[in-house]
Amino acid sequence: MESILEVKNLTYIYSAGTPFEHKALDDVSFHLHRGEFVGIIGHTGSGKSTLMQQLNGLLKPTSGTVLLDGKDIWSDKALTRQARFRVGLVFQYPEYQLFEETVFKDIAFGPKNMGLSPEEIDRRVREAAGFVGLTEEQLEVSPFDLSGGQKRRVAIAGVIAMEPEVLILDEPTAGLDPVGRSEILGNIEAYRKAKNATIMMVSHSMEDVARLTERLLVMNGSRLAMDAPPAEVFTHAEELVAMGLNIPQVTQVFLALKKRGLDVKNVYTIDQAVAELNRLRGGASHA
Amino acid sequence: MLKDITLGQYFPGNSVIHRLDPRTKLILLVVYMVALFVASGWVSYGVMLLFLLTVIKISTIPGKAIVRGMKPLVMILIFTGVLNLFFTKEGTVLVDFWIITITTGGLERALFMMARILMLITGTFLLTYTTSPISLTDGLESLMGPLKAVKVPVHELSMMMCIALRFIPTLIEETDKIMSAQKARGADFESGKLIERAKALIPILVPLFISAFRRADELATAMECRCYQGGEGRTKMKQLHYTRIDFAAFGVVTLVVAAIVVLKRFGL
Repeated sequence: MESILEVKNLTYIYSAGTPFEHKALDDVSFHLHRGEFVGIIGHTGSGKSTLMQQLNGLLKPTSGTVLLDGKDIWSDKALTRQARFRVGLVFQYPEYQLFEETVFKDIAFGPKNMGLSPEEIDRRVREAAGFVGLTEEQLEVSPFDLSGGQKRRVAIAGVIAMEPEVLILDEPTAGLDPVGRSEILGNIEAYRKAKNATIMMVSHSMEDVARLTERLLVMNGSRLAMDAPPAEVFTHAEELVAMGLNIPQVTQVFLALKKRGLDVKNVYTIDQAVAELNRLRGGASHA
Repeated sequence: MLKDITLGQYFPGNSVIHRLDPRTKLILLVVYMVALFVASGWVSYGVMLLFLLTVIKISTIPGKAIVRGMKPLVMILIFTGVLNLFFTKEGTVLVDFWIITITTGGLERALFMMARILMLITGTFLLTYTTSPISLTDGLESLMGPLKAVKVPVHELSMMMCIALRFIPTLIEETDKIMSAQKARGADFESGKLIERAKALIPILVPLFISAFRRADELATAMECRCYQGGEGRTKMKQLHYTRIDFAAFGVVTLVVAAIVVLKRFGL
């Protein structure tokens, strides 16, 4: 797969030279490929949010480099600005950043800053609204009249409208009900498929990352502890627990079954569990 | 970044200065300021400076932090210096050029005023650097206690101050977050003309105000849920007590003030 974003030996220190000095990132390196869905998991304070802000040039690394298409995003001012648009960042609780009079204007804020023509802005806003399931009528109302879940969609659309090649989301489903969660995750997946975009998602839900992602980055104590497909990451259950993380519930159940002597494979999604149980039942009926 | 604002920030520590009763620190700060205005000669200022530097040393506050806190005040300092330099006409003339006349008296006065402002501000910084906002308001409430007799809502005032101080870092953090989020959408706060820059603040200010109101509302509800009803009959978990170090501090400052008064007698 073609690499789009590369992080090399990234270190970041907050408030250097004060009593509050804190190393938030310590020698982190990894690649992101085009069209990939990557998850980041890690305990609170493990450096996930700091890492995200390095990738689009909001924070400048203390040492190390961030390469977008092989070019250092800090090597030139224009490249830094370009990184803002090519790498879209959706913060935690993004609905608190809404400020415009109408949903349309708020989604258009990013594209406007890119200096696009009014027609192009219009097209992008409507397309982005479509991705997150907002209706035409909703584009003309005030974002503050919408429900919490809808505000979140508006905020995500505001970033999608810039059509970033890499979309980074910090817990996009925090505080939403189950229906809202699966809808937003579906929207994100739809955007990835339509634009062959790279998605990087911070999540505390092991079920979500197990189901959606192809690769997992595990952060622990400012360092990148693991970089592997979910199937592999979840085989290190004990290490994950030691990092204050967990494995999907269904994986826990299957590990317990294995302990009791049942011949099952490791699974980490519901679909795999169903297939595995069917296999067992099938095997039993044949015997 | 906004986080670099150190003005009035609390530096946690465990020095003697940190452990002084907040009331002691407040009273002594006022005494120190009065002494600064009483002092009129360079020798007196030398004594005050020595005292100030000793306190800084004891407080273990890094000198760098104090210098950094001064940055926003550079303009005021320069302004004061320049005003005094040009508008004092005493002593011998050093420079006489066009409308600018600099005299020895002016030079001395300018340096003197700048030293006074610097020392005043450093003293105030020391108070806020070594005292947590909570104990500071506790101290103020206790010192203003007698005003209750004349119907001044002392508790309410100190609670308001406490909440305001408590929320400064929260709001700064919030502003930082909103700024990052808007920057991620390509907002530009650093370039453009004055009007453009002012306009660029709208995407920050609107969400900031909304969240401040939301927070205020939530805080009020949370306080009511815990039966908060003002100062009437309210007790404190941490009672303020004067200890030996407080008396020692009063003693030291009394000595310094006595020295200043004596020096003034001799015109030093």
